[in-house]
Amino acid sequence: MTTILTVPPSLDDGSFETLLQAVAAVPDDARVMLDARHTRWSSPYGLINLLTLAQARGDRPQFIPPEDSDTVSYWARAGFFRHAETLMEFTRPVPTKAKTGDSNFFLEITPIAQTEDVQHVVAHIQDRSKAIMETLGFPARGSVGFSVVLSESCQNIIEHAGGPGWVAVQTYNWQKRLGRRVVVIAVSDSGVGFKTSLGQTYSRGATDRWDDAAALEAAVLRATSRFRDPGRGQGLAGIRKYMGKWEAKLTVRSGTARIAIVPAWDDDKALVEQLAPFAGAQYQIIIPQAVQS
Amino acid sequence: MLTPMPLDLRMALARTECDLYSNLVTRATGRAVRRQLESMLREMQGHRLAVLDFTHVGVLDFSCADEIVAQLLLRFGAGLPAHAPAPSSPSYFMFRGLAEAHLEALEPVLEGHGLALVAEAEDGSMTLVGTVDADERAAWQLVLASGGGDVAAIASFSVEARLDLHARLEALARRRLVIQTSAGFHPLRHH
Repeated sequence: MTTILTVPPSLDDGSFETLLQAVAAVPDDARVMLDARHTRWSSPYGLINLLTLAQARGDRPQFIPPEDSDTVSYWARAGFFRHAETLMEFTRPVPTKAKTGDSNFFLEITPIAQTEDVQHVVAHIQDRSKAIMETLGFPARGSVGFSVVLSESCQNIIEHAGGPGWVAVQTYNWQKRLGRRVVVIAVSDSGVGFKTSLGQTYSRGATDRWDDAAALEAAVLRATSRFRDPGRGQGLAGIRKYMGKWEAKLTVRSGTARIAIVPAWDDDKALVEQLAPFAGAQYQIIIPQAVQS
Repeated sequence: MLTPMPLDLRMALARTECDLYSNLVTRATGRAVRRQLESMLREMQGHRLAVLDFTHVGVLDFSCADEIVAQLLLRFGAGLPAHAPAPSSPSYFMFRGLAEAHLEALEPVLEGHGLALVAEAEDGSMTLVGTVDADERAAWQLVLASGGGDVAAIASFSVEARLDLHARLEALARRRLVIQTSAGFHPLRHH
């Protein structure tokens, strides 16, 4: 029996949770069909997490592509169908071989499985990172920082996930929400997640709780690493430093919890628990255009 | 005075088969580059002053900063506690071409380990980067101003009496921020 799961018309980190709630109600061995017929828009977070969802299910879920031709074209240029082809069964033909590249995508959907992938991503984005920073109204010298944040985000997949992941970088106009342009970095994997990764070595008292939220707090707020070396765990701490500098928002979701470094322009909760379970870890970094004084 | 040995980061990168990249990113890359640098260092005899030039490095991330710089300093004795015996053939490191973006990655890494390093600017001026307290910095500047020598010679450049200068200079030498020889304490100068 196949369970049909409706992909929201507008797919972002918030509406993706609705999809995950529906997924959570489906037994692991049941076949699922992701119905994206009425989906008109997706953030990079939404797109790469559809891939992660398919990876996590592991049973090649069926996928009904969007009906809107512009949406199909855009997803093709983002590289979505090219990668989804290996993970899902399409119910109708889609342009899987379409040329990728769109001015809004600074980095199309890119798989991350090994160190070389991170080096390629950084080399690829380096030429564009000055344009990214200029788009946001930051000095071009900040472009190196952007590459560092991207590198460290991707490395978390290799260091902690125990499996392959995805990254995408996109810019769009957040006119309604913020009245400014934003650049979004989305990173996701279907690996073991922070609770398992840190739980292997993280020492805690007998009365301390150890769940997804505690693991996220340890990794994101206290720069705890599964390695004892004091030099480890600094990637996320470093990312946080840049979040403050750019007034950017960082969210990290793992298991059933999500932690956020919330800038002044947003009113999101710093910690959300009891979410629908999801494999691995998902990062989203939203860097808004600088406010010119 | 020591003869400085330039350690070419690009050569080390090339030897690690990462020569496509002038970026020092990822822990694995950092580890491979550091091993190449260690191999180059082993070819140098006696006291060694190695110059690591970052001029052509584009992106340096936290992981590489830790694997290359911090681990190199630690492995060659810069983080040894006061009571630990010094290595028989100590190595000293000077860092050149460090841009603001490199320092953004380096400083938190050095602070995480309680380390410091000597950076040389294009004009030849030198600064300390990392974890250094005010007394250490003052003592280091005296060594720099005096050009080095015995404790009395160095102390003569101070306007205030520093009874514990010798201990401070020894601590700086232990941290590889000045060179200690039988003639006294010397800056990590290469010319």
